[in-house]
Amino acid sequence: MQLDQILQYTLSGLSTGAIYALIGIGFSIIYNATGIINFAQGEFVMLGGLFTLTGLQLLHLPLWASVPFSITATTVIGILFERLAIRPLRQPTPLNLVIITIGCSILIRGLAMLFWGKDTHAIQSFSGDNPIAIGGATILPQHIWILVVTLIIIAINKFYFYHTISGKAMRACSYNRRAAGLVGIDVRRMVLFSFIISSAMGAVAGIIVAPLTMTAYDVGVMLGLKGFCAAIIGGMSSGISTVIGGLILGVLESLGAGLISSGYKDAIAFIILLLILFIRPQGLFGKADSERV
Amino acid sequence: MKLKFINLIFAAVTLLFSTNVFAAETIKIGALFAVTGPAAFLGEPERNSAKMVVDEINKAGGVKGHKLELVVYDTTGDATKAVQLATKLIKDDKVIAIIGPSTTGETMAVIPVAEKGQVPLISCSAGSKITDPVKKWVFKTAQNDSLAVGKIYEYLQKSKQTKVSILTVSDGFGASGREQLKSQAAKYGITIVSDETYGPKDTDMTAQLTKIRGSNSQAVICWGTNPGPALVAKNAKQLGIKIPLFMSHGVSSKKFIELAGDASEGIKLPSGKVVVADMLPAAEKQKKSLMAFVKDYSKHYKAEGDHFGGHAWDAVMLIRNAVENGALTAAAIRDQIESTKSFAGIGGSFNYSQADHAGLGKDAFVLVEVKNKDWSIVK
Repeated sequence: MQLDQILQYTLSGLSTGAIYALIGIGFSIIYNATGIINFAQGEFVMLGGLFTLTGLQLLHLPLWASVPFSITATTVIGILFERLAIRPLRQPTPLNLVIITIGCSILIRGLAMLFWGKDTHAIQSFSGDNPIAIGGATILPQHIWILVVTLIIIAINKFYFYHTISGKAMRACSYNRRAAGLVGIDVRRMVLFSFIISSAMGAVAGIIVAPLTMTAYDVGVMLGLKGFCAAIIGGMSSGISTVIGGLILGVLESLGAGLISSGYKDAIAFIILLLILFIRPQGLFGKADSERV
Repeated sequence: MKLKFINLIFAAVTLLFSTNVFAAETIKIGALFAVTGPAAFLGEPERNSAKMVVDEINKAGGVKGHKLELVVYDTTGDATKAVQLATKLIKDDKVIAIIGPSTTGETMAVIPVAEKGQVPLISCSAGSKITDPVKKWVFKTAQNDSLAVGKIYEYLQKSKQTKVSILTVSDGFGASGREQLKSQAAKYGITIVSDETYGPKDTDMTAQLTKIRGSNSQAVICWGTNPGPALVAKNAKQLGIKIPLFMSHGVSSKKFIELAGDASEGIKLPSGKVVVADMLPAAEKQKKSLMAFVKDYSKHYKAEGDHFGGHAWDAVMLIRNAVENGALTAAAIRDQIESTKSFAGIGGSFNYSQADHAGLGKDAFVLVEVKNKDWSIVK
């Protein structure tokens, strides 16, 4: 029985961890291209879920059409965000930028509340609700969707950053923005790209998680924070370390809630965040004092 | 001819004045609701219901010629704001009674203001400490948590399920429920074998439920407001938990069934009678009020009236009845409310007295079960 339980905790943890990882990568991409920690990342997740709802219920689109609709709509908001709030800034000091993203997140949340109301909304699962038994544990088909989609997105990311010109240019920006500009990379365009990618990824995370967790105008706050934790554990890398960071966080939360006490579930996440920031600010897998890759 | 004309004018003017003189003054009622913010699910239906019933009363000519005027302020669920607005209602708006606030925390903060200003406060929140101990100027219309807990325990005792697990949300509502669940257990011969909590924003409760599954409990009681309990229901179905699942009255609206979908089937919970208004026997005293409320609410707002709105409806009606009995000052209204007997409202049948400012008994709740995506009464 005990073993069953641990298996269940681990599986539950992995599936929530995959979501944290997706959101965390969104944080890292923007951070690496711009040096900004975009605290509105959680709102992209929220928008992803709610635009899907609009597609399904208001426009009566089937699910396969609602998903791209939602990703597009969220990406448009991401672009507007960059154009209207980030680009016009005269003195883009990190503090200014952080405060702007926090302000924008409150604005987006407020607008979403006016547009979609304060209620929580349920979205149908992609492929039914019949639990799948693995050993003594059970997961839902939606969990498999989450794991598979996360893997695909990470693979696409890897390909983009290492095998395409614009991905390489974006990496160049993350090494040294000034040098990247000197060799002819349009840094501001890369910033825009980073917002496009991370808002689209946020939307995907919001869409695949919505059938499980339901969605409302304020779901972005906590998911955003957890994603941020994952990114910190992974040392703000836009690759596999953030994914591992997210998975570790998810599993520890779930194990902690199951074996110690459910009251400490969120505390566990934030204690890990603090410990990492104190002891290994470069992330769990980063080399000390090296430049971020 | 001319004289006649002057006479006529004179008569008309006298008439004009006399109506002015005899027109009864407007009764000003203040209301504090958390229309926005985290408790908006309470404040919004409360404001809607209060406005609706005041409008209806005025349309029907007011109470003994007195029109009612409702001054509503939004507290955003913030106790500090609630206190400021309560002071404003008493000092600037000079209301003779205050309805609300929506949450227990806000109410506790506002109580000293109402007591000092000597204005009756009819709270719409559930915490039992609001009227225990009794405060001279403070009443409430929402059912105590303890009554809801009692309703579940009574059923469990009857069906001999004495080992229960509780899963409560870590906010004010859940904490109060947890306290009641733990303190009343012994009285009904129930042992709590597993005591778990979850955060109001949590998205996955499988860990807690797995632990509960591993215990030897015979029933699970979850105490929270949407969307948490809907997730609990879904997670329980995913984990194949077969023991009966109970919820609190915090989710007794159609929204819960909509959110939890198929997973809500068979879940039982104590609820105000409003959700099963049409299923109540005709002899039920509350039936008339309930049907009127449900019909009016759906006509005005194209939404289902819930028991949160009912608390505000009851509060306005208590004041209305007091005015009808001749009370026109704050003190007289207070006395009238205190002597209200068997007023069949939305929350239940109210019997206030000097020793009881909560006014409700166990009959305020019925145990309902979700069957075919609708509520049904558990016999």
